[in-house]
Amino acid sequence: MTPRERRCFGSPPPGLDLARLTGALVVIEGPDSSGRSTHIGLLADWLEQEGYAVAQVGLKRSRLVGKELEAAKEGNALSPRTMSLFYATDFYDQLENTIVPAMRAGSVVLADRYIFTPMARDAVRGADADWLASLYSKAIVPDAVFYLQVSDRTLVDRTLASHGGLDYWESGMDLGLERDWFGSFIKYQRKVRAEFRKLQQRYGFEAINANGSIPGIQTEIKERVRRVLHALYPHHAIP
Amino acid sequence: MTPKREPGVLIAVEGLDGSGKSTQIHLLYEWLYGLRLRVHFTEWNSSSLVRDATRRGKRKQLLTPTTFSLIHATDFADRYERQILPMLRGGYIVLCDRYIFTSFARDAVRGCDPEWVRRMYGFARVPDFTLYFRLPLETALGRILEGRPRLKYFEAGMDLDLSPDITESFRIFQARVMQQYEGLASEFGFTVMDATRNVHDQQQEVRRIIGAGVDLSHYRTRVPR
Repeated sequence: MTPRERRCFGSPPPGLDLARLTGALVVIEGPDSSGRSTHIGLLADWLEQEGYAVAQVGLKRSRLVGKELEAAKEGNALSPRTMSLFYATDFYDQLENTIVPAMRAGSVVLADRYIFTPMARDAVRGADADWLASLYSKAIVPDAVFYLQVSDRTLVDRTLASHGGLDYWESGMDLGLERDWFGSFIKYQRKVRAEFRKLQQRYGFEAINANGSIPGIQTEIKERVRRVLHALYPHHAIP
Repeated sequence: MTPKREPGVLIAVEGLDGSGKSTQIHLLYEWLYGLRLRVHFTEWNSSSLVRDATRRGKRKQLLTPTTFSLIHATDFADRYERQILPMLRGGYIVLCDRYIFTSFARDAVRGCDPEWVRRMYGFARVPDFTLYFRLPLETALGRILEGRPRLKYFEAGMDLDLSPDITESFRIFQARVMQQYEGLASEFGFTVMDATRNVHDQQQEVRRIIGAGVDLSHYRTRVPR
């Protein structure tokens, strides 16, 4: 994709000049414990060694509402619809204040989750797919989206090993699927995966089998990122 | 949209700052309350959970047209699902000082895609009565500006670079908001109120409209006060 072909899913937000975005946008999606942050970290190191400026974004990191969003999650007091809009506010604040300036400066933006995780979570909680698509239609179309897919078994093993327990939201406990957290976790992750499959069809991104070893998967991701960057930065060839 | 209509009645007031709409809806509330009816009042931008973020965003001027729109939608959604919708389900008359049309008007002036804004608020029920308090722009501006107020940055549309002078920016911004309201009035069938008349006469008119359009006997309170 050349900067000239840069576009948003729908019409761009007011004030955004897409032609001025010379950087790249690479997104990694996937549940907690799928290895997302590890891969983002490895990619960032590698890209910087290759001489690319790298900027990182992720959910709940906006200056505008990041803190309130974290508090709202703790308090568990907002309705799903309010949470959807709150997350969207957080997303667009980062889009306009971090992603866009970084892309304008020619940086490679690595997004530790983008619009797809909030969309899948909201869909599981009953949000209408078209309503969500419209809500996030001002987002910039990424140059690459890697959806890390892991089996229930791997996910549970990794989560328990690294956190010594399960997270309320990642187990979908707010949905009342089951009283037992373990059972709820499995059911919830399956639902999220089903929503991701629908999003994959709608937005056409690829899933990566992330059950294997980190280095193997990282090699696969790097290979694809390399191709994307070759097209975007023709004069900056990665050997 | 909710398939089954809630038994309550939804009444909204809209209009420019200085149109007197808040006074009118307050007096309407007092009347309905005095009649021992189930009535609830809610105002724009007042959800406690979202308020801190909105306030900081405004004070530090962090908001863009898009996030300005979204944060108000978040506030509205919280009040809608926590108060407005349950009250309507419970058979209340719900009075809203500003409703989704305030966003439709302001966000359009800020350059947001009107279709995007409408779809975002697609979950909200259209009011049974939207009373639009119309008055000449100069009258509205006069009422606000004669008190020599300290206008706020976003309230005056300073984010739009209309003028470096905040009062002038406020004038231009209000003119554009008014233009939007006029379009919305026909699109959504607002009941247009003549906001140049005195407060008492306007209130008589408001009470006549609501009294004629709503069978108030259905809304008697069941809880002793």
